[in-house]
Amino acid sequence: MTRAGFVIANLFRKRVRTILTLLSVIMAFLLFGLLQSVNTVFSSGADFVGATRLFVQARVSFTTALPVSMVPKLEAIPGVTRVAYQQWFGGVWQTNTPLIMFALDPQRYHDVYPEWKMPEAQWQAFERTRTGLIVGRQLANQYRWKVGQKIPISSNIWPQKNGSKAWQFDLVGIFDGKDEDWQKRTNLAFIQQDYFDEANQFGIKGRTNFFILKLAEGANAAAISKTVDAMFENSPDETKTQTEKDFNISFVKQIGDIGLIVRWILFAVFFTLLLVVGNTMAQSVRERIPELAVLKTLGFSDGGVLGFVLAEAFALVLAGGLVGLILASLAGAMVEKATGGQFLLALDASVWLLGVAAIVLMSLAVGLLPALRARRLKIVDALAGR
Amino acid sequence: MSEPMVQVHNVTKVYERGKQKIEVLHGLTLDIPKGDFVALMGPSGSGKTTLLNLIGGLDKPSAGEIIVAGERIDQLGSGQLARWRAHNVGFVFQFYNLMPVLTAEGNVELPLLLTKLSGAQRKRNVAVALEVVGLADRAKHKPRELSGGQEQRVAIARALVSDPQLLVCDEPTGDLDRKTADEILGLLQVLNREHGKTIVIVTHDPKAAEFARRTLHLEKGQLLEQAA
Amino acid sequence: MLRQALAITGISIRSIPERWAPSLVIVIGLAGVVAVFTALLAMAAGFESTLKATGRPDAAIILRGGSDAELNSAIDRDSSDLIKQQPGIRPGADGKPLASAELMVIAELVRKDDVKSGANITVRGVEPAAFALRPRLRIIVGRNFTPGLRELIVGRGVLAQFQGANLGQVVRMRGSEWTVVGEFESGDSHESEMWTDINVARSTFGRIGSSSVLAALDGPEGLERLKAAIAAEPRLSMDLLREQDYFSSQTKQFRATIGVLAGVVTVIMGLGAVFAALNSMYAAVAARGKEIATLRALGFGGTPVVVSVMTEALLLALAGALLGALIAYVLFNNLSVSTLGQNFTQVVFSFRVTPELVARGLTIALVIGMVGGFLPALRAARLPVTTSLREQ
Repeated sequence: MTRAGFVIANLFRKRVRTILTLLSVIMAFLLFGLLQSVNTVFSSGADFVGATRLFVQARVSFTTALPVSMVPKLEAIPGVTRVAYQQWFGGVWQTNTPLIMFALDPQRYHDVYPEWKMPEAQWQAFERTRTGLIVGRQLANQYRWKVGQKIPISSNIWPQKNGSKAWQFDLVGIFDGKDEDWQKRTNLAFIQQDYFDEANQFGIKGRTNFFILKLAEGANAAAISKTVDAMFENSPDETKTQTEKDFNISFVKQIGDIGLIVRWILFAVFFTLLLVVGNTMAQSVRERIPELAVLKTLGFSDGGVLGFVLAEAFALVLAGGLVGLILASLAGAMVEKATGGQFLLALDASVWLLGVAAIVLMSLAVGLLPALRARRLKIVDALAGR
Repeated sequence: MSEPMVQVHNVTKVYERGKQKIEVLHGLTLDIPKGDFVALMGPSGSGKTTLLNLIGGLDKPSAGEIIVAGERIDQLGSGQLARWRAHNVGFVFQFYNLMPVLTAEGNVELPLLLTKLSGAQRKRNVAVALEVVGLADRAKHKPRELSGGQEQRVAIARALVSDPQLLVCDEPTGDLDRKTADEILGLLQVLNREHGKTIVIVTHDPKAAEFARRTLHLEKGQLLEQAA
Repeated sequence: MLRQALAITGISIRSIPERWAPSLVIVIGLAGVVAVFTALLAMAAGFESTLKATGRPDAAIILRGGSDAELNSAIDRDSSDLIKQQPGIRPGADGKPLASAELMVIAELVRKDDVKSGANITVRGVEPAAFALRPRLRIIVGRNFTPGLRELIVGRGVLAQFQGANLGQVVRMRGSEWTVVGEFESGDSHESEMWTDINVARSTFGRIGSSSVLAALDGPEGLERLKAAIAAEPRLSMDLLREQDYFSSQTKQFRATIGVLAGVVTVIMGLGAVFAALNSMYAAVAARGKEIATLRALGFGGTPVVVSVMTEALLLALAGALLGALIAYVLFNNLSVSTLGQNFTQVVFSFRVTPELVARGLTIALVIGMVGGFLPALRAARLPVTTSLREQ
């Protein structure tokens, strides 16, 4: 037996009580893991993006189109090495599954996004084939698409000239991301702007929703953003330029303050847990006053006895917390698999770190008062039952 | 003649219960030589348990000096006192006070966690202690699986395992039947005669006086000495 | 038997204050579950009721075929004129068909609490008939916009969440300046919009035509007649929906998302509460062990004991549920928030803690209380009388 063994043995004094408390802790941390990873998905989705690309959209809303003719003016700005553009296609797979799909210029896009990895032959096929379509690995896996297939996709914005909503594309390439973060974003589809221009019913040509500016090394992103917006101010095509990262953040913000909701829920959960486990610890110590007194007679110091109680609280919360976080990990991975990568819920390092911090804090919170009581008790009074 | 194991000089103990002050011991003085086996007897409220607690270092006197095993224990801080207790005193209580969650072995090993002995060494010492009290075959049982007498033996083994010079017992036979009580008292006698332990017991049991070398009577916080 | 049960229950309830700590655990635990459940669903209820209130059963919205939101729809002048001539549309006060072509464009405003991020607001360019089609819309401050001028009237919801659109202020859109001349209320999602003259909107935003046509239906068969007529007209390829249905369907995704979130959170928290309740009730039974055994030795049956334990659990659960509902109500009811709607513009709505929601929360709490009380109650009834009397 060791001190640790003694602590654990004491936990199982009242087995049912310990197990029920443990289960409560597991539930709390399961919820913590799930909610916190949802929160992370929403808030840090932008972190991995570098600062070297700028997004230019119509000032009011990215749903408003801008003329492609702006490209030469944008390319002329010092610090801008390449300009790509993409237009929202509103693609719908089968009856009602929306796709994240854009019409663009293949070569420009390839230049501006080196993070997408695809065999050169496929890039060239995309440039050559009018009706060409390339999709990300995630999307291809989800619908089991293979290069060479003809894929029918409808658009809920743009019917074809013949009035039909259904467009037909040739899948000529599947791309991967350069690392895990980028691989998570491979749920996109791209088609040729030229084909789109000539085939859409409204004869809308040369319009796009976004310009993506690739900047030179060390270029001043903030200054260039201002330059772009100043260039088009007071024109019918006023722009709003920001880094790709800021764009992602502001988009999520429009959905709402997810972080706030998550924090409120977790506050309620942990407050309740504090009471539940705190009560268990307090009861457990109260029942053991004579035993704790005996430990002191044996020569354990006041501090030593405090240590035993704190260790017990820590062991309880640690066991429950780890199991809860692991369950959350598993659940998250299952959700991710089941939705084909649509909901990225697997717990990452930041959530685990926060979880461990929460475990430590909660152990202190529930263990401190009982531990102090144990430290304070007078041997003689405790043994006499006072 | 070497120094006595226990020297109590003019010790007074006052308890405060709310607004009341109760003086339990009044200027008590006594010596206990090494190797002695003393039975402290007296009516309820005579202060014998209080005296025992002071000798064992579980409490401090309000006035006076106490020297045990060469140390002025009335002057030690609580941390020092704890360490002193671990090395010098073993306690045995009326209600055994064993940890219900540990086996007999585990209970006896508990004091050794305060030492720097390795796990293997601890196990050896535990085995020896259980052998001495005659419970080697019950090592893996939990307290609830033992009889009263067996539990008290485990408690004695626990008190012995760090090899202290002094054993302090508060009503060790109070909860046992006659036969078992005699066995326990016999064990204590063996520890005193063959292992040289100094033993002080507080007891109501008149038979205990027969096993001890000396009996001291207390009444209302004062000593009425009687030779054995 | 009932008297026995009542007697025992009375005793057990009166002894709750002695066991206040574990009892408090049940109350607070359930308060937490119910508060979170109620708050989340109040959000869904608020969003849904705002959108449900929008749109009437006697009006139809016509969009370009295949687009499912006004944002994606574009109808040219000829088509909208043709639509207005179809049968099934009720005549207005002037004898002409009561229908309004409407153009949806987007403006950007800054949130009141977060100056850094802008959010998109729907600007609706309307014809005069739009007002007759929405009788609940009233201008409450200022006046209506003047046709032909760059003037806006702003919904109450916009003013609750965003800044820069107060009476007299100027909003910049598309390189031009627009003055806010009035504030309106309508009790529905239009309060998240800014309205102006459709022709001025067209010219400023370079658009011809409109996003949708809203038409008043003529009688109960009006919808069918209009639908059939439009389907039969080869020059028109339109989708037609009862206005109410259109807005209801817009809430589907939000409701589904919140539904899943509330479901998962409530189930997990509920389980945690069940374990906590079990813990507390086992402790309660243990604390009352001697008392229960004495009662049984005196001749009280096992069933009244079970009843008393269950009743205690249910009462505590109820107390917790009421506390939780109260917290949710006080903190969240009528709290104004906004989120992204179908058109990528903000929809402003308020949390609504409804009696129905409270009832559901109470039910959940009672279920948890029952589960948490059942096993301990059984144990209490089955404890061997002699053991309990001997213990402690």
